[in-house]
Amino acid sequence: MAKTALQFRHNDHEVAVFVEGGDSLLVALRDGVGDHSPKFGCGQGGCGACTVLIDGEAHLSCVTLAEMAEGRSIETADGLKTGPALHPLQTAFMEHFAAQCGYCTPGMLMAAKALLDHNPQPSRQDVVEAIAGNICRCTGYEPIINAILSVVTRSSAARA
Amino acid sequence: MFELRKDIFADERDDNLKEIGKGTQRQDMLGHVTATSTYFNDHKLQGMLHLKVLRSPHSHARIRRIDVAEAEKMPGVRRVIRGADVPRNLNTLLSLINFGIDDEPSLAVDKVRYKGEPMVAVVADSQREAFEALAKIRVDYEPLPSVFDVEDALKPGAPVVNETYPKNSFTFYDKYDHQKLRFGDVARGFAESDHVIEHRYQMSPIEHAPTETNGSIAAPDTNGRYVVYTSTQALFFSLDTCAKILDVPSNKLHFIGGTVGGGFGGKVDTMTEPLAILGAMLTGRPVRYVFGREEEMQFGSPRGAERIYVKDGVRRDGRIMARQVRSYFDSGAYTRLSSYAVIKCVAHIPGPYTIPHVHADVFCAYTNRTPSTAMRGFGVTALDFALECQMDRLAHLVGMDPMEFRILNAYRDGDMKAHRRIAKNTALIECVQVAAEKAKWKIGEEFKRASSLKDGGGERAQITLTPRDAAISFAARPAAQQRTSYDRGTIAPLAPEPAPPPPPPQPQAPAPTPASSSHGATRFSSVFGRRR
Repeated sequence: MAKTALQFRHNDHEVAVFVEGGDSLLVALRDGVGDHSPKFGCGQGGCGACTVLIDGEAHLSCVTLAEMAEGRSIETADGLKTGPALHPLQTAFMEHFAAQCGYCTPGMLMAAKALLDHNPQPSRQDVVEAIAGNICRCTGYEPIINAILSVVTRSSAARA
Repeated sequence: MFELRKDIFADERDDNLKEIGKGTQRQDMLGHVTATSTYFNDHKLQGMLHLKVLRSPHSHARIRRIDVAEAEKMPGVRRVIRGADVPRNLNTLLSLINFGIDDEPSLAVDKVRYKGEPMVAVVADSQREAFEALAKIRVDYEPLPSVFDVEDALKPGAPVVNETYPKNSFTFYDKYDHQKLRFGDVARGFAESDHVIEHRYQMSPIEHAPTETNGSIAAPDTNGRYVVYTSTQALFFSLDTCAKILDVPSNKLHFIGGTVGGGFGGKVDTMTEPLAILGAMLTGRPVRYVFGREEEMQFGSPRGAERIYVKDGVRRDGRIMARQVRSYFDSGAYTRLSSYAVIKCVAHIPGPYTIPHVHADVFCAYTNRTPSTAMRGFGVTALDFALECQMDRLAHLVGMDPMEFRILNAYRDGDMKAHRRIAKNTALIECVQVAAEKAKWKIGEEFKRASSLKDGGGERAQITLTPRDAAISFAARPAAQQRTSYDRGTIAPLAPEPAPPPPPPQPQAPAPTPASSSHGATRFSSVFGRRR
């Protein structure tokens, strides 16, 4: 099958991959780029495990055509760290027991990052809505919400 | 956040807890938050092929002919696998502990017994090519009558689902078509009760729906072995099952797993590994077999459905005198772990309560539904749902507070359980007391003072003579002195089963006096009255 060349920014690095017609961005990232941080959960946009940021907005990579990424900036959970230093969301998830099996975690983190990047002072309801498209089956929503809110509290405390 | 109550059972343990009550970081948490935890599907191997299976569109059908000629010619197809290619194409999961007869093929050959049963596997260069080849397989079916209801399945003349068990019920100990529990004399218990109620409870199948679907990747290793990356929750169980199905020594297989994207019981059935390894054996290449979401939801084995009838006799003062349970566990088309679920179910009857007369019959029934499997307390969960609903109904019936009612009937240390073992380390009373306290639910002083360590044993540890089965059957139930129906609204019957006719009030015949050999008490008399 004919391949299409595709170039985009991936966690602040220029990458180029070949994709087949109909391939999703999830496939391009996992099989093309080799970034396994977005997960396949349903392939139908129903679970949020594949959530990535496209130009700063949360998108479901499993139902996004790979070609859509051309020239855009894609962020995944793999790019959250700065060198060895964890992103505040990652630290908060660790401290608040916000992961059990860990499979939904990359998608949760990206949904949370999209929220905080746009709205540094979200309410609890904002957080709930931001992760509403992300399913956790180990029943961890409360710790996840608390983890995200703790980042908000911490950053406002830092500013004060 | 976490509260450790050391005041309860303080004298039962040393107060030297080092870990309990303290927060401890998960050892895999850093991997989770950095998205570097390696799930089976995060292994990308050179030259990896993809396996997909053709699934039955029928719930029950004879397979007349399978034509794969066109599929084999499709682009990208490396191998088409049929039942005849599987070295031992018949297995039952618990055969590893010598329990149950091999009854389930990896790929169906003569018959399909549930909708979605795999029949043919295609190994191709890509998932898309595998799917395209599957679409070219022609199967000639002869549809057969199906049975989907556990009670219908056990009726004479019902379609035989699984020829290994022609009566559509699992055979326990090579002999029995169900599990029985007999303790005391329920007929006498009902006669001594002021109210008798009976209700029917039902639970549907429940899919575990893990975020990561079932799957595995198998690859020839450099040392003549096969390495298998898998989502399984039961690594060595899956390894041994594969060794049996593929007829290779288990040291030919190297299973790597442990990082599971949610299991909850739905990843113990070894559904993908045997075919993935066989694909790797037949092609000499790494083979990946992963369920899509639809496969996971439709054909991944769920928690089994259960139908439970509970009949209780209770005295005006709130003591439950007799409990009779008849329950059906829907195993689906094959056994898998359902026979074990039934044993757990029977072991849990009558719940954590001391009831002098208990009688239970529990069936493991085969139907043309997806085979069911483990899920968080399977065998016990639905029963507890039924028993606790019934407890609320009984409390309401005798006008008691439901929490106090549970404390009154709770088992205590030293009580004789229906399995003829003395209860020890019981804590239901304390649990209810703490729950009441937390919920700010008022309970009477005498119930606050109750303790699992008090009032057990003695008379409560006596076993009443148990009559032989002929004297009591569910159909010929003895009349209660006063039959009362639960009055908090009626429940609509779930099936056209006629409600059991209320037996006319009639003078209660004295309980039959069984022959001295017909009860199990004497054998266990040495354990009477013993306290921890």
